[in-house]
Amino acid sequence: MTLLLEQALNGLQLGVMLFLLAAGLTLVFGIMGLINLAHGSLYMIGAFAAAWVQGRTGSYVVGIVAGLAAAGAVGAAIEVTVLKRLYDRDHMDQVLATFGMILFFNEAMAMLFGRQPLMAAVPPFLSGAVEIIPGVPYPVYRLAIIVVGILVAGGLYFLIGHTRAGMLVRAGATNRTMVRALGVNIRLLTSAVFALGAMLAGLAGAMTGPLLSVQVGMGDRILITTFVVIVIGGIGSIRGALAGALLVGMVDTLARAFLPGLLKAVMAASNADAVGAGLASMAIFILMAVVLLVRPRGLFPAHG
Amino acid sequence: MADTVRRRIALGVILALLAVLPAIATALGKPDLVTLGTQVAIYAIAAISLDLLIGVAGLSSFGHAAFFGLGGYTVGILAFHAAEGDLFLGLIPGVTEAAIVWPAAVGVAGVAALAIGALSLRTTGVSFIMITLAFAEMFFFLFVSLKTYGGDDGLGFRRRSALPFINPRDDVAFYYVCLALMAGFLLLCGRIVQSRFGRALHGIRQNERRMAAIGLATYPVKLAAFTLAGAGAGLAGALHANLLRFVSPDMLHWTMSGDFMIMVVLGGAGTLFGPVLGAAAMVCLQSWLAQWTEHWMIVMGPILVAVILFTRRGLWGLIGGGR
Repeated sequence: MTLLLEQALNGLQLGVMLFLLAAGLTLVFGIMGLINLAHGSLYMIGAFAAAWVQGRTGSYVVGIVAGLAAAGAVGAAIEVTVLKRLYDRDHMDQVLATFGMILFFNEAMAMLFGRQPLMAAVPPFLSGAVEIIPGVPYPVYRLAIIVVGILVAGGLYFLIGHTRAGMLVRAGATNRTMVRALGVNIRLLTSAVFALGAMLAGLAGAMTGPLLSVQVGMGDRILITTFVVIVIGGIGSIRGALAGALLVGMVDTLARAFLPGLLKAVMAASNADAVGAGLASMAIFILMAVVLLVRPRGLFPAHG
Repeated sequence: MADTVRRRIALGVILALLAVLPAIATALGKPDLVTLGTQVAIYAIAAISLDLLIGVAGLSSFGHAAFFGLGGYTVGILAFHAAEGDLFLGLIPGVTEAAIVWPAAVGVAGVAALAIGALSLRTTGVSFIMITLAFAEMFFFLFVSLKTYGGDDGLGFRRRSALPFINPRDDVAFYYVCLALMAGFLLLCGRIVQSRFGRALHGIRQNERRMAAIGLATYPVKLAAFTLAGAGAGLAGALHANLLRFVSPDMLHWTMSGDFMIMVVLGGAGTLFGPVLGAAAMVCLQSWLAQWTEHWMIVMGPILVAVILFTRRGLWGLIGGGR
């Protein structure tokens, strides 16, 4: 029971992380219809910048700020140089051009930092564990990530639902041409949204440092998981991104934690571990297939 | 008319070059060229099959490596069981006869494509791209977790599939086998595109709603194309496994799917022969850049971005002139 609670919190933490990534992707897609594979690279750049700066300065907070700044700056740079030329192209061109950018960024990080994973330390003020209910200790750092994620989700909800800028974002997602015709500078709006998304990806990467090793290619795997989130949630919908992220985070974590154990009830232990691990890594894709069968446009379709 | 003539000449020159490649390799004293050529022919088969989806039917599949890998693993796993002398899943004995193994690889990939296509084709546009990518990743994880067949490290086997009259150890003979299969597949796809079915695919790319309005059930047509393309990639995978005598999850890695897409677009989507040029350009560029620096991808990435941004119709469009 306590294990279940612990794993559920881990699932929530992964879900929050996925939401930070999915939010930026789905917002940009909503407004400009752009699919950006290099979003995972921004996550990786945020993680590398944060881990490196933290290693140099010894300060976790400075590291996080550096991660945000690096991801935001690189994001703005690729938007201005490449992506803005892709908004009017078809999705194939967008996929291939941003695929080329992934190759570039992965290799650039390998040249700058080497193939060895970087390690980042948990900051002292967030280290240790607290008892969430008596007798169940849980790492403070993971709790902090969950809190940050909830704050960001709340902030985005307020920004998009209750501010003028958010209203323009929603209007732009519904009908870009009409918003432009009403005299709104949609290019500027898009750049702002893109930079915001890039910084959210950088934040996710920077916070991941102390949990996982920071290494080349870390963005690619989580990018594909983020795609699963977006497809499940309904593409272009921020509410869908939140629901999908939490669902995927939970299913992935719980399947990895419990499937091998459950399978031991029906087959030999050595087989159960291998089959369980395999099935667990496929679980979110099976979830996606099931959602597609029932709701082909995702749980919260953006339009209509 | 001049364009068609130019294209016919170009096609003839390129095919003739490919046909005498082993002789050129011997003359230059570079036997590696034959392996490179074999790789081109194999990737070309996969790229042509993907072109049926991307260029002809307008379906941007980002999971084509799954079928490539499944074809490869069919060869690898059957060879593994033939060497061990036991049964796959306790039912199927291992085989090394190409006449059995290669069609089996095509069949396995085709069935997988039927299943994935049936689900993925319920969506369109970006969702379709993401979903095909995700399903391919699922198969990637499946083979990573299969420790019996090497897991992460992949699975090597000792002999190529046995062919009648041909010594499979002979690299030149194997090159011609691959080249012949590529040419055959190219012809087959050319006929398919000209057929009623191919016309329907063209129509779906241009305007699916209109095709539906004139009374065509588009879903089964798209599914048939997806299955066919998957089967073609399965053949390429089987050949690739034979070339290296090794299969690994890398064959199903998502960057492989990306490479296939690039071959199609670089060569010219919708032209069928374009992807052959795209495959040749990719393989040559990669091996050439890899000679210069270990970090060749830092050059490759920007080249791709530039190609996508500044060229519209691909290499075949460049050769053939205006449409």
